Amino acid sequence: MDANGIAEVLAAALPGVAVDVAPTVDLQSTLYIESEHLLPVLQALRDRAELKFEVLAEMTAVDYWPREPRFEVIYLLISVENRLRLRLKVRLPGNDPHVGTATGLWSSANWLEREIWDMFGIAFDGHPDPRRLLMPEDWEGYPARKDYPVQIRKKPEAGSPTQLTAEEFRANLLKDRLVRK
Amino acid sequence: MGLESNLPDIPVLTTTVERVVQWARRSAIWPVTFGLACCAIEMMAMSCGRYDIARFGAEVFRGSPRQADLMIVAGRLSRKMAPALRRIYDQMPEPKWVISMGACASIGGVFDNYAIVQGVDQIVPVDVYVPGCPPRPESLIYGIVQLQRKIDQQKIA
Repeated sequence: MDANGIAEVLAAALPGVAVDVAPTVDLQSTLYIESEHLLPVLQALRDRAELKFEVLAEMTAVDYWPREPRFEVIYLLISVENRLRLRLKVRLPGNDPHVGTATGLWSSANWLEREIWDMFGIAFDGHPDPRRLLMPEDWEGYPARKDYPVQIRKKPEAGSPTQLTAEEFRANLLKDRLVRK
Repeated sequence: MGLESNLPDIPVLTTTVERVVQWARRSAIWPVTFGLACCAIEMMAMSCGRYDIARFGAEVFRGSPRQADLMIVAGRLSRKMAPALRRIYDQMPEPKWVISMGACASIGGVFDNYAIVQGVDQIVPVDVYVPGCPPRPESLIYGIVQLQRKIDQQKIA
């Protein structure tokens, strides 16, 4: 089944949802959908018997700054049962980009979405653990955006050594012994 | 002449406590096992048979910073790793020394970007900088010999 076939199955399953078949150079089936229809489409891709995309292999994003819509989020799906691969793309605006989370459908989306949030600042609504993945927790900005300054001059943080009093040190030892018996 | 001539006929050397301490310190520099990137491969080569850093008494890589004298920062240090590096350094007992190995550890190298610390001397005090990308094991051995010379001149006070 090629991209047209997948689009036909989706059109039959979800009437009213616009599915665009995109031309590609690498012959990989590629579809564009609107971001508000993302979750029903992902659900249909995973659950329809003709498709059965049970593996979310990779998620990534692209920043096409200064073009608008600026971002694209890309889902790479695999169907082991039907031997299919699909590249699903969603366009998002540059101002406040956000899209629904796929963690309810594939658990592998958890860290992939965290990485995209960390690097591109694209929010995933309903994500169970929306923290940064790669950069330090208190980092400002999203480094993979095209307008992010790569060579910043900022002093690195090394933290400060833990200073314990003698009493605290002994209390820690004692506590450790009690736990270990 | 001097004290030695008055001693009985047994092999005796006289020296100062400071010289003995300096000799002891420089002859057994135990590095902490700490590799960050490709420089660590050269560091491992240095400790193996072909280059054999045991000739200079620095072959015992310790898994615990409590037992180590020397930290070889072998590779680029990311900003997220910087607190961990500083913590390991703080856990090492005095006296302790640091070798900054390679271009990345010394000035950031090719990684002139937001993620990499542009020189580990912003995090820990560095005694010897070893240039190279990565430095050959001979260069690192030369750096350790330079560190030994430095230790030889340090007052123990």
